[in-house]
This record gives sequence, structure tokens and C-alpha cells, in this order.
Amino acid sequence: MFRNQYDNDISTWSPQGRLHQIEYALEAVKQGSASVGLRSNTHVVLLALKRSSGELASHQQKLFRIDNHMGIAIAGLVSDARVLSNFMRTECMKSKMMYDRPMPGSRLVSLIGDKAQANTQNYGRRPYGVGLLVGSYDEDTGPHLYECLPNANCLEYFAVSIGAKSQSAKTYLEKFAKDFGDIDVDALILHGLHALRETLQQDKELNLKNCSIGVVGKDHDWEIIEGDRLKAYLDQLESGSSSTSTGGAAAEELPQGEAMDTE
Amino acid sequence: MDHFPTNWGNPRSEEVDSYNTYPVASHIGNVPHSVRQIAGYGHTNGHPTSHTQSPVVTGTSVLGLKYKGGVMMAADNLASYGSLARFRDIERLHKVTDFTVLGASGDMSDFQYVKHLLDSQMIKEYNADDGHTLATHNIYEYLWRVMYNRRSKMNPLWNTFVLGGVNKGESFLGAIDLKGTPYQSASIATGFGSHLAQPILRKELEQRGGENNITEEQAVEILKKSMKVLWYRDARSMNKFQLAKITSEGVTISESMSVETEWGFAENIRGYGA
Repeated sequence: MFRNQYDNDISTWSPQGRLHQIEYALEAVKQGSASVGLRSNTHVVLLALKRSSGELASHQQKLFRIDNHMGIAIAGLVSDARVLSNFMRTECMKSKMMYDRPMPGSRLVSLIGDKAQANTQNYGRRPYGVGLLVGSYDEDTGPHLYECLPNANCLEYFAVSIGAKSQSAKTYLEKFAKDFGDIDVDALILHGLHALRETLQQDKELNLKNCSIGVVGKDHDWEIIEGDRLKAYLDQLESGSSSTSTGGAAAEELPQGEAMDTE
Repeated sequence: MDHFPTNWGNPRSEEVDSYNTYPVASHIGNVPHSVRQIAGYGHTNGHPTSHTQSPVVTGTSVLGLKYKGGVMMAADNLASYGSLARFRDIERLHKVTDFTVLGASGDMSDFQYVKHLLDSQMIKEYNADDGHTLATHNIYEYLWRVMYNRRSKMNPLWNTFVLGGVNKGESFLGAIDLKGTPYQSASIATGFGSHLAQPILRKELEQRGGENNITEEQAVEILKKSMKVLWYRDARSMNKFQLAKITSEGVTISESMSVETEWGFAENIRGYGA
């Protein structure tokens, strides 16, 4: 998109009915490194590719714990992500304090949507420049995966990906999404790693430093797997197939891509 | 006429409004909003803040007992105005959700206010429409936080509440007093009940070896026995009460009932007008 006279502030519509500032905010998400999320009937797995600014620098953390039953993966402006995750943590704490129960994922995501929308309608403010993948496990309704974007759209998914080259990950996820339901958590992680690998540039590969996995599910509090603990999973990725998954298809037998249900 | 009790006995404020026709700004009225909220002063309506110092229309004991299969509660139908037995058809056991009952002793207007607060919470939950409901222990946590918050502002809700319910096969029974103290047990009794009925309830539980050895019929017997003792000995009670039963099937609040009593011994008493 090119600069035009309707993109100076959030409260100006273009003649085509678009708010350019929101679209520019979505660009910030697309420029961030990839994050992938997928869920089965018992677990949600979030994976992220961590960028580093140079050889000597650390890799930027992309996965954050919100509560024992909830975690997020981000893509975009990390500072905005910190503000939103602080908000989420406060809301989760309030729910436990007032009602002695973990905050249901869907409600928290609605609150994020309301908060994000306010920034798209008040003059002088700007949309948040970060996309969130929210994974939660609710005691009554099971695992949930949500995508929250700067345009204040918060949708639920079986599998989704955001950030740079996320379309490649989405293509992989679409092909195998119908298998995710009943597989165990390790098979789910492996599918996630396959999807994440699709987002890498030609000469790069997943290693212990640039990769991060978050898991939450039934009887499984939010846990981040990083560093040396990744070795087992990356080795399995290298060796080719996910032998534990009931629906693990070899590359030759790719089924037709299917539209994803989002409810 | 000055309608605000807190002004009675004090000289009228300097601002001239001979017949108190409009709210007059008080000289400590101009404080920042945050201070007003926390400190509680800064009102611009001409009278000082007053806090609840004593209850007006009150209910007496509420009893609660866990048994095999659920929770049972009892409360009489009386709301007293001091020593006057003023309102004799009040329902002090309130169904909050399909699986939770709130019993109230103490100030009845504060009970009505709490009913309103809980209604608001239920409506919020209903509107979220996402498969989650408030179980008894969620309501309990909310309610004791409210009571404690009011106590901390030196303006208590003058009640002792009993909350009983069932969630996913587990029974819940707890009390919260006006100071915000939560207390859970297999037997609960408030007011005079805590002195007269609680020993009966505890003895039954102990003798039978726990709530899972008390049947529904036995729970009714035990509560009726306790209500009888209270009718004999609590001067602010009434022999017309209801029982509430909560099981995994739901809530049933009975019609009003009475206990048989024996007053024949009174014939033999000398003194006190005889």
C-alpha cells in the first residue's frame, strides 16, 4: 500500500471504506517473526521463531505465561505485547480473587478486543502493533486457541499462524488440521514444528536457540519448552515422520486442503 | 424539615438554604475524585456521610447441614423490628442459581441489597453465554470479598450469610459474617443458632460419623429439632420456617412449616404475671 491523504490518523476513513492506520498496524504484525498455534481435544500448543539482532545478542522472547492455564505467543511490537500481557495477567488475577476460578479464555479475549477497539476509534491514539495467539485450557470447556489482532478481531481457531511467512505455516496446518483432534501432545508439538519450519528462510533451520514451544492442557499447566529441552523434539523433527500420530501422513499423500472451522 | 438524621443535633451549615430545598456544597466538598472514593468524604450534598451503626429490620438464625446427597438449610419466616415481630412471611432462604441457596440473618435491607448484587453477577454471567456458570464456591468468594471490603470501609453489610450448594457432585456449605470472615463446615448456624443449634448439629454429625451417614430424612429431623429448640429459647424467632434442599438435581425450597411444641409446663410457673 502506498501513502495517501487518508492515512494520517485513525479517525479518518478512506473513500474505499478503509482505516489505513489499522492496516499499517497489521503490517507490523506481519513483519514480526512467525508464531504458530494449534490445538487438539486436550491441549493447546504455541510455537514461535525467536529472532536475534546479531551473533552476540540474545533471542527475543516470544512466549509469555499469563496464568497457570493460559499463555500467549506474540508477533510484532514487543513493548505493546508487554502492555497487553500485563492487562491479561491482571484480569486473570482479578477472576481468581473475586470468583476463585481461572479466567475463561473467551472472556479475556473479548476484553482484549474491547481494549484494542478503543484505540481504533479515539483520535490521537494508535492501534496496538502486536498480534497475539492466546492458548488457554478452561475447566468446563476444554482447550481453546484464539488470535487477537490490532484490528480488534479476536477469533477462535483450531490452528493458526501469524508473522513473517506465516502463510507457509498455514498451508501446512490446513493440510493436517483434521488430524489434530485426538493425537497426543508430543504429536501435536511435532506438527507445530513442521509448520514452524515452513516459515524459515532458505538457509536457516530450527535450533535450540531460535525456537520456543508453549504447552497448556488437561492436567498440564502452561509450560515453556526452550533451550536444551527442545533437543528431543528437534531430533524427532529431523528424523522425518511423526510416528506416534495416528494420522501422520508422509509428504506424498497430502490430502486436499480444507477450510478451517473457526468455532 | 431536615430529613438527614446525621444533621440532627448539629448546628445548621453556614450556607443559607432556609428550607433545605437543594443540596448545598459543603466546605470540604472540593477534593479530588480519587480522594473522595477512598476517604469517603467530599460530598457536595450538604450532609456528612453516615455509616450503618446498627441493623433495623432483622432476621434471626439460619441453619445449614451437609448430608448424603447434598446440603439442607433452614430459616424462619420472621423479620423483627427490634422486639416487634413485624414481618411474618419473609423468605430468608434465597435461590441464587439452580444449585445455590443463600440464607440471610441480620439486617434485611442489606440482604435485599446483596440479592441485587448477586442478581447483577448472574446477569453478567448469563450475558457472557460461553458455557461457564458461577458455582457455589465462586459466589462464596465474591460475597466474602464484598463483605470484607465493606467492613474495611467501616460500613458493614450487617448480615451473617449462609451459602449452600452442590457443584459436580461436591457439596458446599459456608458462612460469611459482617466482618467478612468466611467459614466452611459440614454444619453452620448463625445468630442464636450458633449457641443453641450448632452443638446439636455437631453432635449428630459426630455420632453418625460424618455427613455421608446422614440421610435426607435424618437431616430434616435434625434441622427440625434445632428449629424447635430455637423457637423455645430464641425470643426473636417464630414457629414458621422453611427448609431448603440442594442436591445434584437442583434446589427445592419447601413451603412454610411448624414444629409441635409443648407449653403445658407453663401452667406450673409462679411469678411473671401468674
